Amino acid sequence: MSFLNVVRRRLIFLVLVLLGVTLITFTISHLIPGDPARMIAGDRATPEIVAKIRDDLGLDRPLYEQYARYVTGIVQGDFGTSIRPRRPVLEDLRIFFPATLELALVALLVATSLGVPLGVASAVWKNKLIDQFVRVIAVTGISTPAFWLGLLVILLFYGQLGLLPSGGRIDPSMDVPATITGFLLVDSLLAGRFDAFASAFKHLILPAFTLGFVHLGVVARQVRAALLDELQQDYVRTARANGISSFRIVFTEALPNAMIPSITVLGLALGDLLYGAVLTETVFAWPGMGAYVVNSIQALDFPAVMGFTVVVSLAYVLINLAVDLIYMAVDPRIREVS
Amino acid sequence: MSDAVLQIEGLEIQFPGFAGAVHAVSGVDIEVGAGEIVGIVGESGSAKSVTAMSALRLLPKGAFDMPSGKITLLGKDLATITETEMNEMRGRDVAMIFQEPQTALNPTKKIGKQMIKVIELHTELKGKAAKDHALSLLRDMRINDAEEILDRYPFELSGGMRQRILIGMAFACSPRLLVADEPTTALDVTVQRQVLQLLHHKARQTGASVLFISHDLAVVNQFCDRVYVMYAGRVIESGKTADALGSPAHPYTQALIEALPEHAKKGEALSSIDGTVPNLVKPPTGCAFEARCTKSIEKCIQRPALKPIAADKRQVACWLKEAQNV
Ligand SMILES: Nc1ncnc2c1ncn2[C@@H]1O[C@H](COP(=O)(O)OP(=O)(O)OP(=O)(O)O)[C@@H](O)[C@H]1O
Ligand code: SF4
Ligand SMILES: [Mg+2]
Repeated sequence: MSFLNVVRRRLIFLVLVLLGVTLITFTISHLIPGDPARMIAGDRATPEIVAKIRDDLGLDRPLYEQYARYVTGIVQGDFGTSIRPRRPVLEDLRIFFPATLELALVALLVATSLGVPLGVASAVWKNKLIDQFVRVIAVTGISTPAFWLGLLVILLFYGQLGLLPSGGRIDPSMDVPATITGFLLVDSLLAGRFDAFASAFKHLILPAFTLGFVHLGVVARQVRAALLDELQQDYVRTARANGISSFRIVFTEALPNAMIPSITVLGLALGDLLYGAVLTETVFAWPGMGAYVVNSIQALDFPAVMGFTVVVSLAYVLINLAVDLIYMAVDPRIREVS
Repeated sequence: MSDAVLQIEGLEIQFPGFAGAVHAVSGVDIEVGAGEIVGIVGESGSAKSVTAMSALRLLPKGAFDMPSGKITLLGKDLATITETEMNEMRGRDVAMIFQEPQTALNPTKKIGKQMIKVIELHTELKGKAAKDHALSLLRDMRINDAEEILDRYPFELSGGMRQRILIGMAFACSPRLLVADEPTTALDVTVQRQVLQLLHHKARQTGASVLFISHDLAVVNQFCDRVYVMYAGRVIESGKTADALGSPAHPYTQALIEALPEHAKKGEALSSIDGTVPNLVKPPTGCAFEARCTKSIEKCIQRPALKPIAADKRQVACWLKEAQNV
């Protein structure tokens, strides 16, 4: 299987997913009772004004026609105009999506950088204290609602200890560096603003930890299982018979192979983190897509909600594509399979 | 025995389990002299592999008990050396190859990388010199396109090719002892012969001793100077291959040889040994072969010791022989 084939297959898949996702959200949003035209016009608008708005938005056209118009728009990079702030949805997404992605990526970093070592430790010291500890973390992570954990850490680190801010992306009194990538950490470095970087970093710690904690245990358990499996393999016995130390066997022979199946889990985790961020953002007043989509749903702002759905689905498919490509890059056996 | 490369004395190994401990090895003495090729034969489960693994201290830590036994490898008592010292010996002074060449190499690393890693670990050769050494090892194994093979992944090669690579790797540091656990069982017959010849030649050429494990009597007969026949975790007969397999003294060895295809006369069914290997959780207190032996006598409910019956380390554990000798 060549890289190109994988890309082509995933892109076809992407088109299908997007068609499906838009169709479903579109249908649902139009089945929900409520009149967007009236919401835009406000309570005191005359029926004529409401009718005019409805006509402008094409809300009186047949559904299939509205859908076709919407999809054509997306292909041209036009996600429509949001009803609530009356702005192009794309512009909103451009602001909010990077904030969410930054949070999700840092959360993934937290989950990986703690989860992988914990997984290795619990495989090497199987059934010992550290292994039990990781098991408890995993169960706690899966069963603890993120918003609840969020409130808890805010109470502790902001309320009790006063060490970290309770919400937002950056100190409100601070000038926000010019938006280049939309990632505040990167943008402040690009602008040479270390004060802004430090502030953005501090603001990220609690939400990223809260969000990452859920996946930390999952990652650790996956790495543990995969590593134990590798350590059973015959090539490990060969390595031992060749006098390679246990330490080197774990880190240079077995772990790299164990990380191959773990890539899938990390990819899935990133997808989940994007969705998961929506809830966590609300707790931490993080100005990302979470807050945006919650407000939009309440306002029956369909173009905004659909824009969100499309972007997240797109991200999901692209993450899967990345996982496939990484797989091929690191596993020679997969490259060979035709 | 000062010239012994490997000496196993009174080895007992048990694996704890839910139903009780598996008495895998129950008092085994094995000796491999310098330059000697020594075989171990026996049915599946007779503890050939466990015995061989213990010579490199390769049994999984914590999974077994060793109530008694002393293993001396190149003059070193394995019970007294550290894991670091053991690692220095493995791959350098003593090497081991296994039954499944398919899975014995790391699937995601190129052959060259895996060979060079071992060479660099145990010798002064680094980088280019290590690679050259790897190439010469492969060429010794009659691999012509050695340069290209170094750049291949294991899954791209045949079983025979992989086993030749593993043998080449085992000889990377000119070990004094090579333990080969059924190295050709997984290969087809023609490839098997080739690989055995290469192994034999390389061992003789470097003067390495070989502890060769197999359940194939014909192969052992052809390949080994001396042989130990194992049954249910014990050695029941040993001696020079020609003696032990040529004129076997133990009913089990005799039965094994009668079961060989070339012993079946035309039109006659292959004979096989009736019955099964005893349960090793509750091993019999008498002769382990008693349940299947056609010649058993009253005394066989006691355990016969392995006793010399002739010169050249010819030994057998059977009451019949003892009766004749006394
Ligand atoms: N790690 C282990 N845990 C528990 N029991 C084991 C373990 N390794 C071996 N045994 C047991 O020890 C006994 C001897 O096994 P061993 O693998 O040495 O036999 P073998 O003679 O090499 O057989 P084969 O011809 O099938 O390779 C068997 O009963 C086996 O079940
Ligand atoms: S000791 Fe007895 S049972 Fe065992 S092999 Fe000899 S004759 Fe048979
Ligand atoms: Mg075996």
